[in-house]
Amino acid sequence: MARALVSVPARARRGEIIEVKALISHVMETGHRRRQDGSVVPPDIIRRFVCTYNGTEVFRAELYPAIAANPFIAFSTVATESGTLALHWTGDNGFSVTESAAIVVE
Amino acid sequence: MSRHLSRRELLLAAGAGLASLVVVRPARATPEAMREAIRKVVGAARVTPGRVKLELPPLVENGNVVPLAVSVESPMTEVDHVRGLHVFTERNPRPEVLSVRLGPRAGRARVATRVRLANTQSVVAIAELSDGSWWSDSADVVVTLAACLEEA
Repeated sequence: MARALVSVPARARRGEIIEVKALISHVMETGHRRRQDGSVVPPDIIRRFVCTYNGTEVFRAELYPAIAANPFIAFSTVATESGTLALHWTGDNGFSVTESAAIVVE
Repeated sequence: MSRHLSRRELLLAAGAGLASLVVVRPARATPEAMREAIRKVVGAARVTPGRVKLELPPLVENGNVVPLAVSVESPMTEVDHVRGLHVFTERNPRPEVLSVRLGPRAGRARVATRVRLANTQSVVAIAELSDGSWWSDSADVVVTLAACLEEA
């Protein structure tokens, strides 16, 4: 199963801009590579990444085969309240992984 | 064979062969394909160079893992923020790289990731602002080891 790593500061001041870093293990097979017998390796791509903060979507990305294997995405969000950031990756072959991180806002 | 091919027939055949060669070549985005892909996202709006910052190393040893960041100086308030960031390449098999949706909750308009580059080429970043304007930046990258080509 895919391993996901999420980095979110454990504590933040209210209104502070925090950086979220997300890394997930995935081949991101482009569908452009060929095997030695000439057959095409079928694509296997994470297509979408969504981050919700206490249920509200704060960031969304569409990924294409040009994203390197083991996709890394870093973005920021405003620490509004204590709660949970949920990161959700979906892709080909029913790929779906959710990872969450708790944050305390004071 | 009963008759020899005339020079004209030979040239025609060669021409046809060449044409089919061009058609059969593996899919590869071209500057035109990139423009088309940008058109699809932007629509009829005008894209002005500026305001966006695309960070990419100018020289890349390994095209399989290239750090890339796109940012826009923006207050990211309800009335004035960045709605979307998009990245395109000129000579990858497909022009699209990444499309990001964000809003005031982002606080800062910046995204960083790692991309594949199949060739020495130009990379273009485009930003959509809340006032409906579009801005762009581009970077030229020299790639010594190309991505996407190795056999599985």
